[in-house]
Amino acid sequence: MLEEIQTEQLEEVMQQIAEHKGCGTSSEGGKASCGSSSAPEDMAPEVWEKVKNHPCYSEEAHHHYARMHVAVAPACNIQCNYCNRKYDCANESRPGVVSEKLTPEQASKKVLAVASTIPQMTVLGIAGPGDPLANPEKTFKTFELISKTAPDIKLCLSTNGLALPDHVDTIASFNVDHVTITVNMVDPEIGQHIYPWIFWNHKRVTGIEAARILTERQMQGLEMLTERGILCKVNSVMIPGINDKHLVEVNRAVKSRGAFLHNIMPLISAPEHGTVFGLNGQRGPTAQELKALQDECEGEMNMMRHCRQCRADAVGLLGEDRSAEFTTEKIMEMEVEYNAEGRKAYQEQVEKERQATVAAKQAEIADLEAEYSDVKILIAVATKGHGRVNEHFGHAQEFQVYELSTEGSKFVGHRRVDLYCQGGYGEEDALPTVIRAINDCVAVFVAKIGGCPKDELKAAGIDPVDKYAHEFIEQSAVKYFKEYLAKIKSGEIVHVNRGDADIRQGAYIAA
Amino acid sequence: MTYKIVSSQCTACSACEPECPNVAIYEKDGTFVINPKKCTECIGYFDDPQCVAVCPVDNTCVIDTSYPRYQAA
Repeated sequence: MLEEIQTEQLEEVMQQIAEHKGCGTSSEGGKASCGSSSAPEDMAPEVWEKVKNHPCYSEEAHHHYARMHVAVAPACNIQCNYCNRKYDCANESRPGVVSEKLTPEQASKKVLAVASTIPQMTVLGIAGPGDPLANPEKTFKTFELISKTAPDIKLCLSTNGLALPDHVDTIASFNVDHVTITVNMVDPEIGQHIYPWIFWNHKRVTGIEAARILTERQMQGLEMLTERGILCKVNSVMIPGINDKHLVEVNRAVKSRGAFLHNIMPLISAPEHGTVFGLNGQRGPTAQELKALQDECEGEMNMMRHCRQCRADAVGLLGEDRSAEFTTEKIMEMEVEYNAEGRKAYQEQVEKERQATVAAKQAEIADLEAEYSDVKILIAVATKGHGRVNEHFGHAQEFQVYELSTEGSKFVGHRRVDLYCQGGYGEEDALPTVIRAINDCVAVFVAKIGGCPKDELKAAGIDPVDKYAHEFIEQSAVKYFKEYLAKIKSGEIVHVNRGDADIRQGAYIAA
Repeated sequence: MTYKIVSSQCTACSACEPECPNVAIYEKDGTFVINPKKCTECIGYFDDPQCVAVCPVDNTCVIDTSYPRYQAA
């Protein structure tokens, strides 16, 4: 991260990013750094080339590029205590949930329809709702159809890893350059509390034995992907009291086997989900517990902090699901014309925009280097994307959270909130939910905010800031932080620890 | 006897279909069903009935008592 590189290297790296030629040279022993907003200072150029347009791998890219998941893989070969396959609701957003499953042919048509309508669509993922590799024929047929008609779309898949070693060569032959493995443990003693059973060699295997087989297969699969130069991200679900402390060990294990990015996600667990964890009252982590674990692992390897834990049939930019526009019925009626030129033009425009964002942030950071303070603050931002403060407080379905220190600004996560404003009228009882979700933040940046919520935020100790409306987020955040430090110096304010915040657990509409 | 799938429980995840050694399982009206004429309870193939072992919803693949128990030839 920023603190690890020298000033002169920083300038060099920023220049390289601006030119999009690559990002530094040495990757050995260092950590890859996409998935955060900072410069990929030690990422090999070929890795950066693969991830820079991938919304799930680069925090910066996710503002500009969209992905879609096609639900062609309903079967699964393991059972997880945080998953219940019986539950499926259109208003629910979490992995493993879909509204309709598709055949490979329908999926291929859907991808073309979406890519023609949404030029930002650069990535197709197969993530379930079961396990893609428990449905190898459907998964690979889908890849085959799409790679023929839309070769510029990147293919990726997300797996529990049990069947992975059997399919690594097929994955490589389809030019799938991104694979995600969900690794929640490397110790079967812990694994037995997460996985009640696996289906293995025609038997249902339970307990420690099941977890032992699963972890062996996951690590073997990860090593095989690394050997073949296929990028591998690891997802882990943070389950307080079960694997929260152990995930540091998981982080080391996957890093040493070549995983380039680690995504630690909070457990989603509510009784109405009908999962084992939901029903037995297993809680998810708080925002600060999650951040502390991510921070601890960051010393070892780069962390992904912008994961929206989306549905296995999500479409569009992260946090902006458009899947309802592309139901099977609608797709089959659509006249699809694949416009490769138009897509290319859009993507070139996006590159220019990204460069402007990075440049603005760098200019602002430049004179922060002279300052030294151990003060760190979090700010929440209402944004619709494009790296700008451009969403009304009342319309925000989530807030992005940035950490500010004299090292600069760093994206550290996002907080989902209820839709606070419905049709222009703020709902009074929704505001406390929003405040709880961003309670650890000093300020909230918005494009616009009404008088009432403004006063309530102030009363809760959160500074509502609308003066950066439509400005670049990180540039504004650094400006705000400089003013904040100046106010501490002048004695105008006293810096206090803001405490913790909630991670939303319930159903989340439209994303 | 044969196994049957309790359709109200079936999530149509399709996990059982390729596991059946008798190719007795197929999709019908949004869920999966077992052809009782083909089901051998996996006798002669596996120690455990495969549909039961792989099904993510407990008590969904169950013995259909309206048929006599399968007798291996």
